[in-house]
Amino acid sequence: MRQLLLCPPDYYGIEYEINPWMSRAHGADTPLVQAQWKGLFDTLSTLDCKIELVPPRPKLPDMVFTANAGLTVGRRFIPSNFRHEERAGEAPHFARWMEEHGYEIVWLAKDLFFEGEGDALFGGDVLFCGYKFRSDINSHRAVADILGCLVISVELVDPRFYHIDTCFCPLPDGGAFWFPAAFDEYGQRAIRDHLHDLIDVEPEEAVHFSCNAVVLGRDIVLPKGAPTLVATLTERGYKCHPLPMSEFLKAGGACKCLTMFMPQREK
Amino acid sequence: MFSETVVLRGHIIDSLILPKVLDQILTQGGDFKIGEIKIGQNRVDQSYARIEVSAPTHEALDDIVLRLRQHGAEIIEKADVQLAPAPADGVYPKDFYVTTNQQTLITLDGAEIEVQPALMDCAVVVDRAGRRATARKFHEVRRGMEIVIGHQGIKVIPVQRSTSRTDVFEFMSTNISLEKPKSGVIREMATELKRARESGGKILVVAGPAVVHSGAVPHLEKLIEWGYVDLLFGGNAIALHDIENALYGTSLGINLERGSLAERGHENQMRAINVIREAGSISRAVETGVLKSGLMAACVRHGVEFVLAGSIRDDGPLPEVIIDTLEAQEAMREKIAGLTTALMMGTMLHSMAVANLLPATVKTLCVDVNPAAVSKLTERGSFQSLGLVSDLEPFLRELTGVLAR
Repeated sequence: MRQLLLCPPDYYGIEYEINPWMSRAHGADTPLVQAQWKGLFDTLSTLDCKIELVPPRPKLPDMVFTANAGLTVGRRFIPSNFRHEERAGEAPHFARWMEEHGYEIVWLAKDLFFEGEGDALFGGDVLFCGYKFRSDINSHRAVADILGCLVISVELVDPRFYHIDTCFCPLPDGGAFWFPAAFDEYGQRAIRDHLHDLIDVEPEEAVHFSCNAVVLGRDIVLPKGAPTLVATLTERGYKCHPLPMSEFLKAGGACKCLTMFMPQREK
Repeated sequence: MFSETVVLRGHIIDSLILPKVLDQILTQGGDFKIGEIKIGQNRVDQSYARIEVSAPTHEALDDIVLRLRQHGAEIIEKADVQLAPAPADGVYPKDFYVTTNQQTLITLDGAEIEVQPALMDCAVVVDRAGRRATARKFHEVRRGMEIVIGHQGIKVIPVQRSTSRTDVFEFMSTNISLEKPKSGVIREMATELKRARESGGKILVVAGPAVVHSGAVPHLEKLIEWGYVDLLFGGNAIALHDIENALYGTSLGINLERGSLAERGHENQMRAINVIREAGSISRAVETGVLKSGLMAACVRHGVEFVLAGSIRDDGPLPEVIIDTLEAQEAMREKIAGLTTALMMGTMLHSMAVANLLPATVKTLCVDVNPAAVSKLTERGSFQSLGLVSDLEPFLRELTGVLAR
């Protein structure tokens, strides 16, 4: 059974602006935040997975986005080195929690920016990693050294889709759904070279962070607002669970950002 | 060209990072050479590429490298040049680096500096504070100046020869064209002169007295009138024979029209010197109407600057002739800044002296009736020189004929 790490949104809010979605002028509606997060928690709870909760910390509003805690493979956890100071304080809390829960912590060099599962997703045995806005490409090489796997580094070119998990979601049958325009031409080609059966998400659905989805077997938990994608996935035998995510979209996050796999892959 | 060496590591083949980096270098106006490449054997093996990136300016190179760093390129630190102080005035330190006439860059504190000017047979004097590297002759060196020694941290960038047969300089290189079609070479030369004139280039003519003896002055005057000459270098003789011819119709006493010895013709040369000395200078003689025709008068009228360098056998000399050889060299070096094309005719002495001062980028045509003079000149290491064995009058007649068409 897959294990997921979530963090309750007790201290969540728009307190700074580090991506084009964030605006302190448009803060999150606290009751709605609680309701939407609970919606995700409850939906995931009905699926084939076990949920762990990391305690939230004051003054770290984005801790709720556990996907950026790091990358877990087997019993090893590679903590993130956040690019923005605002989020750097999250790293020690996540690392301590993971260590307390029996994971081996493997730190990257301090000068390598890396934002965990947000920028590193396995498609089959290949680790697809995004770079430029948040993670450095050199961190990918370090991760490849640690894990001994093939890492495909792809450049992200649209600041709205600043992490790879905002525009790319691998599927268990070998394919993926993605928003190609978020990648440069070489990145698009590299992804096409390594994954077949790609489902392109329309721009008007991609902006609802439709690719920011949690895939558990044949179940896909994704933000509301992508009827075409849901229809395509349903046709392919997946069961989609669209959820309202408006309050988290205000910070540039949705279902997948709120979830980290422990581990994402067994080895 | 300025360059940096960068290294790419990782899954650069599968991620298409290597082709992306190479494409970016080219689209940003740079160039690359792959120094080393190791491609991973297995799927998970990482690859390695060492790439020398070059660009025409420092700024362009910095821009390219900045972008490449985003894609994971790491810069390899370069070794600095080694320096030693000059032990005395006019003396280089032992093991000093001898310059060529090619573009040369030295690495100082990790960054490249271009040696100015590209002058052969000098040492490189480094001014650390001003971040300047200058090619200096023996007599310009003062005790304590920091001078490059050995070969570390020095990069010489030869003028690239094109493989396409579009430019006579590029494919004929330094061969003397005794057995090559003269008309073709002269046509190419005319094209080059036109190109230089139209693109704002600077053209130098180095000429010996044979221009006058062979009766080629009217043709050279035409080149001056048409704006194909920006600078004239020569010795006392070319100016003197031209002036003698202008004043008395003889050159070294020979009547150029009839080819016979004029009566008391041997005196004409000395009288000509006296006329100019009396006027004060060649320029003054033209301004006051004493000297009305000929090559030197054409130069003065059309604002063509000239440098006349003296030698031990000179008669006179004429007032403008610089008799201190180092001073003459200095005057010529000052004037050749920005030179693109040089036409050297009928003087081994002055042509060799000037060729030693020219950067390799200057396109040079040497014309002499003596094959030995031509080969000596074209073998001086000037990469874009072309020799033509010909008498000067027919050469210049044909050249002006082509230019007139």
